[in-house]
Amino acid sequence: MPESYAVAAHQFDDLEQQQEASSLGIWVFIATEIMFFGGLFTGYTVYRTQYFASFVAGSHLLDLKLGAFNTAVLIGSSLTMALAVYAAQTGKRKALVVFLILTMILGSMFLGIKFSEYATKYEHHLIPGIRFAPEGAYPPQMELYFSFYFAMTALHALHMIIGLGLLAVLVGMAARGRFSPESHNPVEVIGIYWHFVDIVWIFLFPLLYLVGGR
Amino acid sequence: MKHHVIHPLTYFLVFFTLLILTGVTTAVGFYDLGRWNTVVALAIAVCKATLVVLFFMHLRYSGALPRLVMLGGLFWLALLIGLTLVDNLTRGWDPAPRGWETTSSAQRP
Repeated sequence: MPESYAVAAHQFDDLEQQQEASSLGIWVFIATEIMFFGGLFTGYTVYRTQYFASFVAGSHLLDLKLGAFNTAVLIGSSLTMALAVYAAQTGKRKALVVFLILTMILGSMFLGIKFSEYATKYEHHLIPGIRFAPEGAYPPQMELYFSFYFAMTALHALHMIIGLGLLAVLVGMAARGRFSPESHNPVEVIGIYWHFVDIVWIFLFPLLYLVGGR
Repeated sequence: MKHHVIHPLTYFLVFFTLLILTGVTTAVGFYDLGRWNTVVALAIAVCKATLVVLFFMHLRYSGALPRLVMLGGLFWLALLIGLTLVDNLTRGWDPAPRGWETTSSAQRP
């Protein structure tokens, strides 16, 4: 590993201070992300309380088992990400690369399943505004439920795609030996981002798939 | 480096707990419990999120500043959702004041 990477950037006293600064930075970013998703969650809550029956009907058209499986996949990707941070902290370069790639594979799997769900919605004519004509009678505000479904899951998927891009950069840096037990802030910071995206899904899953008992 | 290193075993324990909680919340989804469906689903989601924040995101071992920022974010989220619902959920409580009867309650948003 080139020696220069173990030295703090010139505006910091030492690596410890640099690490604390980057940690605070990502947490402030997470706070803005909570607000960002918060608007959608608030809108969702308002309309869900108002048109509960329509939301139940819409929710029952989703594939609960697929949603639960996808939740497990994403939690698995959080585990491999956490293990990647551990590998960086203990200076295991190969393990770091492997765990980062595993995280990317699980993340891509999540997106693949998500897009297959989108395809099914398209087949069933459940795309609000463009192609909304479900079979049989349905409550009038079910289209609104699907608007929230697509807006929230798509914003989440966008965060996943950005996360995958960041992970790809990390894999390259890790393979070049850029990280050491003393200096691996990017791994920690992107790890925290990845776990946050996982948390958003932890709430999206019950809010979208588990409205009312089946 | 004073930075706390969490043992992988802890990560695996958290992972399996999260999987079990996902299984429980999915299983409960197949029963109609009325209002309790929402309560149980959200309670389990909060438990899962707490585990992820404390262990995967290392907040349990981080300094005061990141914790404060996290709590600040949650506080503003609570204001956002709470105050919006205070308006929305109480709109049907009062009849319209005298002189406003021309607008029926059904027409009000």
